[in-house]
Amino acid sequence: MLTARRLGKRYGEKRVLRRIDFALPRGGFLVVTGPNGAGKTTLLRICAGLAQPTEGRIERDATRAEVGYLGHEPLVYRELTALENLELYGRLYRVPERRERIGMLLERFGLWEARHERVASYSRGMTQRLALCRVLLHEPELLVLDEPYSALDEAGAELLDAQLAELRAERTVLLATHDPARIEPLASGALALAG
Amino acid sequence: MGRTSRIPLPALAVSSLVLVTTALAFVFFVAPNDANQGFSQRIFYFHVSIAFAAYACFIGGAWKAFRHLTKRDPRADLESYVLIHQGLIFGTLVLLTGSIWAKISWGVWWTWSEDELVLFLVLYLFYCAYFMLRFSLDPGPQRANLSAVYALFGVVLIPVSFLAIRLAKEFLHPRVFTLHGPSFGGWILVTYCVAQAAMLVLAYTLYRLELSGKRLDLRLRRLREVLV
Amino acid sequence: MSYFRDVGALARKDLLLELRARDTLPAMLLFVAATFVIFHFALPGAPSRLETSGLLWIAILFTALLGLGRAFVPEREQRTMDGLVLAPCDRSTIWLAKSLATLAFLAAAEVVALPLYALFFHSIDGTTVAAVLLADVGICGVGAFLGAMAVATRARDLLLPLLFLPLAMPIVVGAVGATVGPPVVSSPGRYLGFLALYDLLFAVICWASFEYVVAE
Repeated sequence: MLTARRLGKRYGEKRVLRRIDFALPRGGFLVVTGPNGAGKTTLLRICAGLAQPTEGRIERDATRAEVGYLGHEPLVYRELTALENLELYGRLYRVPERRERIGMLLERFGLWEARHERVASYSRGMTQRLALCRVLLHEPELLVLDEPYSALDEAGAELLDAQLAELRAERTVLLATHDPARIEPLASGALALAG
Repeated sequence: MGRTSRIPLPALAVSSLVLVTTALAFVFFVAPNDANQGFSQRIFYFHVSIAFAAYACFIGGAWKAFRHLTKRDPRADLESYVLIHQGLIFGTLVLLTGSIWAKISWGVWWTWSEDELVLFLVLYLFYCAYFMLRFSLDPGPQRANLSAVYALFGVVLIPVSFLAIRLAKEFLHPRVFTLHGPSFGGWILVTYCVAQAAMLVLAYTLYRLELSGKRLDLRLRRLREVLV
Repeated sequence: MSYFRDVGALARKDLLLELRARDTLPAMLLFVAATFVIFHFALPGAPSRLETSGLLWIAILFTALLGLGRAFVPEREQRTMDGLVLAPCDRSTIWLAKSLATLAFLAAAEVVALPLYALFFHSIDGTTVAAVLLADVGICGVGAFLGAMAVATRARDLLLPLLFLPLAMPIVVGAVGATVGPPVVSSPGRYLGFLALYDLLFAVICWASFEYVVAE
């Protein structure tokens, strides 16, 4: 699904990534770890297609429509409601039976009651749950998740655990975290980035 | 790094020195005096040839920008930037010589009736904005892309602005001056051609010089990074 | 067809955001009215029709700049551009939708501004309205494109007028030429044609190169 060969990335004079090699087969679950500033986010952005490597190659066996990316930002509009945000992304991703799918996700992540409220009034944890709904909305083949547990409370984290365990069977996951112990049982491989 | 088929820099420097000297000699000693304006009209040879050299730089910069966007040529971004930088330097000279020419011809330091001069003012502002854009971004692919796209807008703006300035004459009613460069022929044409060749070679030499300086700087920094 | 569905979804989002925040359109309306008042005091004597038609275009251009400066603010403040770039639609839909949304705001401001101009200064003819429509397309198309570039820089709002004004010079020529009309200008149609040419030319360039503005 994803193959990186001698991947490198520099922004001008600043080198962020150097000689990264890994292969993530279809159905695999790769955990990326490393201290702050090791380049986890940059690597994930390259894997999601948001950035291009400056050295080496990345091969991705998935179209843009088949990738789900969760970054540091929730990528939702604060002045729109949860429903309006998901409607927008549902249209752009041409999700079949959009309304049902959105309703199901909002229900599962405990946001159904707040669906008509603007995201600006959400807590950080609720916003992160909404971001997860956005990522899962179009049932992506490849999930690229950057610190998905951040801002989630224990209930939210358990919800995500269950979701990931369910996805583990049929999807490919690339996940960056500074707390690898939590997803140890799910992982099929690990990639440690040096600082 | 550089292409091997290129003319070496010292040879370029010598030939531009020879050409510029020849051009100066032709302009001052060979070209005949203008019937109306006498000796000082000779600035025309520099004004026009510098203007065409500047156009060549802007178009060259846009071509390199196009190469960056389509071919992802890793050298093209820097080359495009350096060409536009040279174009801006020559553009400054165009405005200066144009201003002097206007003073000689009409007794004013600026005239809106000379299409070329007005066009250069618009282009000058445009390419100054190019530099503002570039210096407002961190080095990286985004800076290269945005600079390249804006440089492409520039070459579209040149003919569109020229057309606009021609159209605007109808309602702006500037004072009409019936004065242009000397009618071409004989030594005038030869002098102009020599001056034009000199300016183009000079522009190219300066481009190569700045480029090699910038590349050296870049390599030096990478080397330092490896050592550290 | 799905291209225009995407454009529709994105433009709808921008209109919805404006409906919630209600800041851009009222600002544009107030700005254009205040500008007219300033013009009255800045023009000694009774300004001719010729002079005020130039002012009309300065007012429209700067009002548009005000709106264009706000165009990508939601994407910038909430960093949602990544979300739009990741979506599987053609990236130029982002530009087209933003242009259309800004066009809607500008047109709405002009629905008030043009009668106000007629009330304060001189009457407006059909050619001027045609020029306004054609110029709006160019202003919003190029302006939204440059707005997307400007928000990516450190200078942000500062940069947009600098990037935009040299490119807007031909629009002003075409628009003023069509507005002044006969007897100063022999055929205003020529100027309308020039505006249409500008719109077409720059729309193609913007459409073809927007991908490089938002994606690496």
